[in-house]
Amino acid sequence: MSETRPDPKHGLALGGTVAGEPLLTLEDVHVSYGNIRAVRGISMEVRQGEIVTLIGANGAGKTTTLRAISRLIPIAQGRMSYRGRDLTRYPAHQVVGLGICHVPEGRGVFANLTVRENLMLATYSRRGKGDINQDLERVYSTFPRLAERRNQYAGTLSGGEQQMLAVGRALMTGGDLMLLDEPSMGLAPILVEEIFRILVEINRQGTTLLLVEQNARMALQIAHRAYVLETGAIRVSGPARELLDDPRVREAYLGA
Amino acid sequence: MEFWLQQTLNALQLGSIYALIALGYTMVYGILRLINFAHGDIFMVGAFVGLAGALWLGLPMVPTLLFTMACTALLGVTIERLAYKPLRNAPRVSAVITALGIGIFLEHFVLGTVGAEPRAFPALIAGGRFDLPGGLTVNSVQILIIGVSVVLMLGLDWFIRGTLTGMAMRAISWDRSVVPLMGINVDRIISLTFAIGSALAAAGGVLFGQAYPIIDPYMGILIGWKAFIAAVVGGIGNIRGAMLGGYILGMTEIYVAAVLPSTYRDFVAFTLLLLLLVFRPTGILGRVQAQKV
Ligand SMILES: Nc1ncnc2c1ncn2[C@@H]1O[C@H](COP(=O)(O)OP(=O)(O)O)[C@@H](O)[C@H]1O
Ligand SMILES: [Mg+2]
Repeated sequence: MSETRPDPKHGLALGGTVAGEPLLTLEDVHVSYGNIRAVRGISMEVRQGEIVTLIGANGAGKTTTLRAISRLIPIAQGRMSYRGRDLTRYPAHQVVGLGICHVPEGRGVFANLTVRENLMLATYSRRGKGDINQDLERVYSTFPRLAERRNQYAGTLSGGEQQMLAVGRALMTGGDLMLLDEPSMGLAPILVEEIFRILVEINRQGTTLLLVEQNARMALQIAHRAYVLETGAIRVSGPARELLDDPRVREAYLGA
Repeated sequence: MEFWLQQTLNALQLGSIYALIALGYTMVYGILRLINFAHGDIFMVGAFVGLAGALWLGLPMVPTLLFTMACTALLGVTIERLAYKPLRNAPRVSAVITALGIGIFLEHFVLGTVGAEPRAFPALIAGGRFDLPGGLTVNSVQILIIGVSVVLMLGLDWFIRGTLTGMAMRAISWDRSVVPLMGINVDRIISLTFAIGSALAAAGGVLFGQAYPIIDPYMGILIGWKAFIAAVVGGIGNIRGAMLGGYILGMTEIYVAAVLPSTYRDFVAFTLLLLLLVFRPTGILGRVQAQKV
């Protein structure tokens, strides 16, 4: 994996843009399910061009955070903004139009639709943002296995192929911030490496990534910055490389 | 042979009406896992709206059909918004009870406003018989019913398979929770589903009025149940299944009535259909729904 790891000395020069402008900002965000307080005052930021990872154990609140950003669940308190726009003023189906795409936990592909239909569906509310056919070709060239299986039902794909479809579908929305919820879940190590390599490539081509992972080592290796979530609150944050060497992180998440 | 072919024409006529109604059950079930027990009564309201269009507004055939489909679509959407949407996360049984209640409400609304006595539906097309090869004859009402139904069903099939909105409907039937992430307003797709289902039932109501020109406020109950069974036989949730189920039911009823006294018709027809379900519980084109985690 070391060759895919961005060199911090080069700063965040990616895809011709230098990370700088904040895309996504969360300030003191709280989310509850009934009286379960799943997220308890998270503040974080994702800047243009970055790969930011949010790591934490099962149940830490990672999925809840992403679902809040996508407006799939309401927040109890706090502020969320994307490119300076107050996200809480948009219903879930309009968040895509702002430029945020979401690869959900467990992939969420539509098994009863073909590969191509899954990809096209993601363009549902896309208007005047680039060329859809060009993006479709880009997805097929990024994931040749999807191109081979374009007319197959998504339910017939393997787990790894379904994950690729979920990522491809997010690309088809034409968004510039991609939220990824445990893309490595349930996949063989070799497939995880392949997916991560492609994520780095997607980032190089200009898409900003917010990557949620339990696989902390892999995530920290490709990310520029990281946040560590524990029981709904951020415990540690900083450049990913530093966290790889941080004793607290090593002990709790890297098994060393 | 000629006799059976002639019966087949009758079966296609009856089956078309069942199929149009069955589609509404299957579409709503597919998208909401709700059996809309008010749907038979929506068909009945469609017949009365058609009567109003034809008799009171004096509309000809095609405008009556379009007028009725539009009004009844609006009714279906309104019912969904007011009665079903608030219950979307409630236990299924609450929504089923509500659906039954809406059905009774519609029957008695029509009873109260139009009255209980059966009404004659005016003929909207010129009568006529046409000879077909082999000694068969087809009348203009049969051509109308089969033709309009086939056009509507081909249109629906294209819409469901070929358009992004049709794909969105299929996606919602698989996993509604992910659909907003595709930029799709789920509520709007659900409304559209009710609109289409109700419009098809309304078309069924007008066509029914042409073939069996006596309508009354309770006509939707038995026909609604039959169309529901047709949807289940075809595989509930499956669009082509509902079409197939409608025609199978039409054939079964007509063929049984051709050889047995007509009092046996429903008894034998439904025994056959229930047997079919015993051996194929998911219906002919239905699939076992994969368990979603
Ligand atoms: N739908 C839900 N209803 C109630 N509690 C939930 C729900 N989803 C998640 N939780 C709880 O919220 C907390 C955070 O969950 P989640 O965000 O899924 O964590 P992670 O993705 O980090 O594993 C957990 O305690 C979990 O049990
Ligand atoms: Mg999770």
